[in-house]
Amino acid sequence: MKPLTHCSLRALRDAVRSGEVSAREVAQAHLDRITEVEPAISALLAVTADDALAQADAVDAARSRGDKIGPLAGVPIALKDVICTRGVATTCGSRILAGWKPPYDATVAARIREAGAVMLGKANCDEFAMGSSTENSAYGPTRNPWNLACVPGGSSGGSAAAVAAREVAGSLGSDTGGSIRQPAALCGIVGLKPTYGRVSRFGLVAYASSLDQIGPMARSVEDAALLLEAICGLDPLDSTSVDAAPFTATAVTRGDIRGLRIGVPREFLGDGVDGPVVAAVRAAVEALCAMGATAEECSLRTVRHSLATYYILAPAEASSNLARYDGVRFGLRAEGGSGHAGMTEASREAGFGAETKQRILVGTYALSAGYYDAYYLRAQKVRTLIRRDFDAAFERFDVLVTPTSPTVAFGIGEKSDDPLAMKLADVCTLPANMAGIPGVSIPCGMDRGLPIGLQIMGRSFDEETTLRAAYAYEQATHWHTLRPEVNR
Amino acid sequence: MPLTLDDVRRVARLARLELTDDEAAVQLRSINELMERFESLRELDVEGIEPTAHSAPINNVLREDAARPSLPRDEALAGAPDAREGCFAVPLILEAS
Amino acid sequence: MPGTQTETPYVGSIGMEVHAELLTESKMFCGCRNAFGGKPNTRCCPVCLGLPGSLPVANRLAVELVIRAALALNCAISPIAKFDRKNYFYPDLPKGYQISQYDQPIGSGGWLDIEPEAGPRRVRIRRVHLEEDTGKLMHLPTGESAVDYNRSGVPLMEIVTEFPPDMSSADEARAYLVKLRAILTCIGVSDGKMEQGSLRCEPNISVRPAGSAAFGTKTEIKNLNSFRAVHRGVQHELARQSALLRRGDRVAQETRGWNEARGETVLQRVKEVEQEYRYFPEPDLRPLHIDDAWVASIRASLPELPDTARVRLVEQYGLSATEADLLTQTAAWTAYFERAAGLCGNARATANWMMGELARLLNAAGIEIEQCKAGPEALAELLAMVESSKISGKMAKGVWEAAFESGEAPAAIAARQGEQISDADALGAVLDSVIAAQPDVWSALCAGDEKKLTFMVGQIMKQTRGKANPGEVNRLLRDRMPGGAQ
Ligand SMILES: [Zn+2]
Repeated sequence: MKPLTHCSLRALRDAVRSGEVSAREVAQAHLDRITEVEPAISALLAVTADDALAQADAVDAARSRGDKIGPLAGVPIALKDVICTRGVATTCGSRILAGWKPPYDATVAARIREAGAVMLGKANCDEFAMGSSTENSAYGPTRNPWNLACVPGGSSGGSAAAVAAREVAGSLGSDTGGSIRQPAALCGIVGLKPTYGRVSRFGLVAYASSLDQIGPMARSVEDAALLLEAICGLDPLDSTSVDAAPFTATAVTRGDIRGLRIGVPREFLGDGVDGPVVAAVRAAVEALCAMGATAEECSLRTVRHSLATYYILAPAEASSNLARYDGVRFGLRAEGGSGHAGMTEASREAGFGAETKQRILVGTYALSAGYYDAYYLRAQKVRTLIRRDFDAAFERFDVLVTPTSPTVAFGIGEKSDDPLAMKLADVCTLPANMAGIPGVSIPCGMDRGLPIGLQIMGRSFDEETTLRAAYAYEQATHWHTLRPEVNR
Repeated sequence: MPLTLDDVRRVARLARLELTDDEAAVQLRSINELMERFESLRELDVEGIEPTAHSAPINNVLREDAARPSLPRDEALAGAPDAREGCFAVPLILEAS
Repeated sequence: MPGTQTETPYVGSIGMEVHAELLTESKMFCGCRNAFGGKPNTRCCPVCLGLPGSLPVANRLAVELVIRAALALNCAISPIAKFDRKNYFYPDLPKGYQISQYDQPIGSGGWLDIEPEAGPRRVRIRRVHLEEDTGKLMHLPTGESAVDYNRSGVPLMEIVTEFPPDMSSADEARAYLVKLRAILTCIGVSDGKMEQGSLRCEPNISVRPAGSAAFGTKTEIKNLNSFRAVHRGVQHELARQSALLRRGDRVAQETRGWNEARGETVLQRVKEVEQEYRYFPEPDLRPLHIDDAWVASIRASLPELPDTARVRLVEQYGLSATEADLLTQTAAWTAYFERAAGLCGNARATANWMMGELARLLNAAGIEIEQCKAGPEALAELLAMVESSKISGKMAKGVWEAAFESGEAPAAIAARQGEQISDADALGAVLDSVIAAQPDVWSALCAGDEKKLTFMVGQIMKQTRGKANPGEVNRLLRDRMPGGAQ
């Protein structure tokens, strides 16, 4: 058997189930790997070694008793630190929540535990999931395992880097404008943003409620599908979760893509997209066609408005979602300021980073009297137009294929002083959040030693077709088998 | 029309953010840079278009009226910066509701 | 009406915002219990504490109770309603926003008819919507505040009257609230307890010179915890504003609190600018689609409303309007009356008895009719005994008091009391015969030998085989003695 940290999530699960290895051995091997590479990567904000080993032992005990064990038995996982974990610090990468231990578990945290997965730690991220490089974390940046001088992408940069560096077999991230797919692309792994409503948001610390979605990150499409299967489904605690047709991983890996109709929207391959990225995406489309799919260029006329729409809607919702950080019930309370209002202002001043403050300011402005119609309401209407564009495209095509990110990973600090340039990193991923549709990023090439990501978008609640196309491509190529040598 | 420093200050007050002068200046610059991008939305004709608040058209998601256990009080108060006498303590309230 | 004959008369305009906590078992968006009192922060969870990551799920019953109230208030029900966030900071508001309804409330365009002394009047209702209550602030000895979130997230209905206001006097304001409370309690939406704050009213008041078209600056009054306070508060505020204008001063736009002890409104805060609430659609909740079938099923479950019941009682039982008013003050009163009148067949006697003896005893005991141990069956039984002359009217009072006290059936009480001979005529005959048989003793007693009284009473008890009411015997004997009543 390969070293345990080289195994896929599926292989580890099978090995634990069959008794070939114990869950404790799997957990310990990954904890050792974490000890080895974390100083270089900084993907995790907390490592929950004791809890992890105890949980691994529980899985082993259940197996030896002959009890039924879950579909993710013994699989080592990390959760993005915006996902609440009972009794385990959940900071959202923010000073304002330093040391906050939620008294409850997010639905996804409970579901992966029930499935037998073993949580090894909480993954770093941009503060409140706002950013594209993980540099906005109050706890320092995470580094890209392929090149430690580069960012891992964001905001789920820790989740992506931990998987790429083989610290865990899979992780959960959250995606509001590309925060799963973009770091997956930059770290050379698979990252899926499910359809809005597919996965419960209960316990996901809200950034922009109408766009946020939790999704899986892993080193193969099948692994991502297994994670999705474990976490998806209606949750009575989330009014926006949907009772959709069940999703199964086996449906993804079964079947082929003959006759699959692929749309290639030209708006995603224009200015601002690096040449090697365009070339890799075109090559990927050809590879898919070689397997029996058909491809055609198409146009989504309004997607170019996605950035503006997103940066009105998301900050508006964020400005409201982040109002609860007032220094009263949880989190940081700063000294200074007079009275309750002064205390709240001082706490928010000390607790929030610059990017978070910017989004709160923009969002507050967009909702304020006299501007609501011009900004928020108009953006909601443009969102309707973007959705319609996608609806029309999906009448002709089964999936749409684009780059995930216009460039490969950039250098740490390279864009920190240029917030707008940073925001353009999400230009290919934002539209799927506007439309609520699923999108997956898979590795499709390398440029200067850094991974390129291919984005495949599908119809609402059709993760199956979306992932089947990704799986077919993955099986026909070798990109996902490449492993970064983490050089310290 | 670009925002002014006064706009930023006004909005910061609404959002209970206390910005230093330097911060306000930096924020003003990058907010205006971002908001320039918003101008493109004006080109679109959105007359008669329904706004999208939710991506899936599902309605009437309601729970039945049944009580469930609450948190034990010590857990409810565990995260509080200042808990006293079973309550969340806050500094003197000077502002009106 | 403020103003005097010699000076400019002023006309008042009164609008009303009423908040009613809904009678649900659980809170609006979480499973915590909706209750009053108890230890602080013991009915809280991640949702109603606004902890990061928590999400609301709307309570179906709360939605239905608001539809119910809106129907009872003659509102149109919006086929599509939605929740919005009202953003503001205050320590009793855990999320930094209140989930409320902004531009698509559940009910709108209703009305309520009132009959104050000045004559009947229709008060239009602009909207009825659903929101969540805030926590409660308490003051610590150190001057700081303490927050209790037990009330946070309790379902709250807001009822707002139409503008321009239809009310102009304190009488009307009180009549509106009395009527509104009667309806809300009748349909089971609110317990109507103003003193506990589960029904809260905030009138907004302005005055203007008679004949002037422009409305004056309005103030809002809070802390009105009873009908009486509403009446006094509004009256005081109308007078205060009129006096200001008469002096040539201006009325400031402000919120004033009613001080019951001082009998006046006092400044709470000045409203310089309108609050910026930055309303936007609540992304965590789905819209409500209220179709005709849903509305119809709720309409069908509505009980008879006080107005309808009043008219019917007048027609069906021949009661006066005043009697019908009293007997329909709450649904429980109406039900009690109809049950008792139906059983005994005498509506007139039932009405008289309820408005007299029952009301008196309830008042004295400080309880509501729902808590009364003697139910309508008991009253019917009592009235039937009176009707058939089994007991005298005088005796009936005593029996009723006993029944009210213990809950025992009047027939049983009367039977026990009936064993005792208290009737003056019946006892009088026994007295005569005993006096005739014991002339010496009687003479001694009449001469002042008090000890002989016991003997005489003993003789009478013997003669009646112990059934005589000793107190009554005593009284009758004394009456017959020289210097007695006779
Ligand atoms: Zn609760």
